Amino acid sequence: MNNNVLSLLVKNHQGVLARISGLLSGRGYNVESFTAGPTTGEGLTRITLVCRGDDTFIDQVKKQLHKIIDVIKVVDLTDRPTVSRELALIKVAVKPGERGELFQIADVFGAAIKDVGIDSVILELTGDSSKIDDMVLLLDRSILELARSGLVSMERGRKNKDKNNRRMENGNN
Amino acid sequence: MTISGSALIIKALKEEGVDTVFGFPGGVVIPLFDALYDEKDIRLVLTRHEQGAVHAADGYARATGKTGVCIVTSGPGATNTVTGLATANFDSVPVVCLSGQVPRNMIGNDAFQEADTVGLTRPVTKHNYIVLDREELGPRIKEAFHIASTGRPGPVLVDIPKDVLVSQGTGSYPRQVNLLGYNPVSKGHSGQIKRAAAACARAKKPLLFIGGGIPIAGAAEEVKIFADKTGFPVISSLMGIGGISCRHPLYLGMLGMHGTYAANMAVSECDLLVGVGVRFDDRATGELDKFAPEARIIHIDIDPATIARNVPVEIPIVGDAKTILQELNTRIEKTAALKPWQDKVKKWKQNFPPTCGLSPDVAADQESPPARLDPGEVLTEVGRIFPDAVVTSEVGQNQMWAALFYPFREPRTWITSGGLGTMGYGFPAALGAQIGRPDLRVVAVSGDGSLQMNIQELATAVQESLPVVVAILNNGYLGMVRQWQEMFYRRRYSGTRLMPDASYGTGEGSGIGYPDFVKIAEAYGALGLRARTMAEVKQVLLQARENKSGPTIIDFQINYEANVWPMVPPGAGLTEMVLEDSHE
Repeated sequence: MNNNVLSLLVKNHQGVLARISGLLSGRGYNVESFTAGPTTGEGLTRITLVCRGDDTFIDQVKKQLHKIIDVIKVVDLTDRPTVSRELALIKVAVKPGERGELFQIADVFGAAIKDVGIDSVILELTGDSSKIDDMVLLLDRSILELARSGLVSMERGRKNKDKNNRRMENGNN
Repeated sequence: MTISGSALIIKALKEEGVDTVFGFPGGVVIPLFDALYDEKDIRLVLTRHEQGAVHAADGYARATGKTGVCIVTSGPGATNTVTGLATANFDSVPVVCLSGQVPRNMIGNDAFQEADTVGLTRPVTKHNYIVLDREELGPRIKEAFHIASTGRPGPVLVDIPKDVLVSQGTGSYPRQVNLLGYNPVSKGHSGQIKRAAAACARAKKPLLFIGGGIPIAGAAEEVKIFADKTGFPVISSLMGIGGISCRHPLYLGMLGMHGTYAANMAVSECDLLVGVGVRFDDRATGELDKFAPEARIIHIDIDPATIARNVPVEIPIVGDAKTILQELNTRIEKTAALKPWQDKVKKWKQNFPPTCGLSPDVAADQESPPARLDPGEVLTEVGRIFPDAVVTSEVGQNQMWAALFYPFREPRTWITSGGLGTMGYGFPAALGAQIGRPDLRVVAVSGDGSLQMNIQELATAVQESLPVVVAILNNGYLGMVRQWQEMFYRRRYSGTRLMPDASYGTGEGSGIGYPDFVKIAEAYGALGLRARTMAEVKQVLLQARENKSGPTIIDFQINYEANVWPMVPPGAGLTEMVLEDSHE
């Protein structure tokens, strides 16, 4: 059982996110994170999915996703060299005289200070998921609010442009 | 030239070769029904329930191979299609369902008869659309027919708001589709086919296992060639019945929970299992750990998601069953060494035919009423008098008996809800099948429970003068659940008895059952008949054969506690079958 990262290229048709999330929930697949956003191809959306399971399970998830008519491509990035990033906004309770230590921690993690209030600070942290986990663990008790974007991931090296890429990685419908 | 949305739909239906639509009207689809009113080339069949309309379109599609079409209204009209769509989806049946929707400016406002039809039907269709732009109507309908009928077929729903039906727009219907993410594979991988042929040549105890993909792909001829050329014995799933003639000397019947002794034993002993157009469903395999323990498995299917999902597969081949079998048939040859294996399986077939008797302890029970008809004998007689019928079934014992006792010889003559197991499917499906195949008689094998789930379609059958023969195997129970209760719940028939006490056994009114199906038939204007003895069985079937102007409903009074044998108990392996005379 490990985390698997799938990158989907889908047509941005009405209800496509519901189709994908409905398939995942309907078949009882657990999803750790799900992010979606437009990409360079017209009318196309890139989705990064993280789900836990063994190889047989992930194989079935990929095949089922492929069967959705609006899904153009499913790429399994799990065992490939990738750049993977997640963004977190962390609101931390801190009294005016005690900000110095927090700013030092932020500096070590490379987090940016995006807002300073009377008794709170918002940090922005980008990195792989474990780095964010570490910072969250460290600040645990003083965190007032936490928002994480979910993982986005991309394979290293040159690839075809989204809009021209008709290749199917994993069989067909 | 601009035309209305409804007029474009009519044009689309004609270009897609649609000659019949099944439907039920309602407020928002009146414009479409209005356009059908003048249309001489499209027969509009009014069913009495939207579920009947989808099942009829499904039965039409299974009998003909063409795409079935149904039209329903918004809200309850659309929600009533859900079971029918799920049935078609599970069994890979090409159906296009056009549903009306409230006008665009009212969507989301909880308007009268509004439902989120696309949301409701998304998991039970191959694909679905809502058309929010009149100019998209043509392309979406074109795509719907394309998606429904290609690859692994399935139902597609197109939801169309009323104002799109009435608004003017382009009159042209596209000839091609542009679907970036949809390219079904048909040709199998040649390297894999070579490996499969080599495995076939080496096997000592091989078995061909055919499924619903064979009739769908039109590959029955290829199956016969394969069997004749290799000498492999053949078994089928419930859905594969008709994929090879039951008279073929190497055919062992259906496998599974109620499979034949020979099929279940053969699959458990074989050293090579070639599955074509099957998905290794749990009712077919029994306990997976005990399934085909000796076998290397070759799995050929058009849907990659079915391959290696339930059983470990050594040689997977994705593609169309017909195309792949054609290529495989050029690479295989007869193996002389198969004779001992063939003799063994033939002996199983000969010695252990399926039966329908009472359990010995039930038969010995003083309170059990006197013997009535044996359903296996009834269906054998049906096969004699209607040897070339299209047979539909409901779900439960009637379905298993029909599968085991009717002599199927041709593909697309066996129509049953295999995957979803929908009671109430068989009778409306028979109406669709009869419309699609006016050259053949359609026999709807039914139970007294299942038939009552869509009995209102008797009106449709009479109105359309369809000579369907409904053979009710009337045991006064929801028989399959009752059989489970008998075997695993100490004969505690909770919620399965369909008759008041007076209709049971030797009491007052016994021998008619409940309700009186003959009277129901007559109330609808159909011919109603009843049989209690084998002589009567023959006589009523002959009468039904002569009644070609409308439906015949026959009430066959079968044993109350008749069973389907063999039976593999849930959780057991296929060799752990219970036979009529083998259990305590």
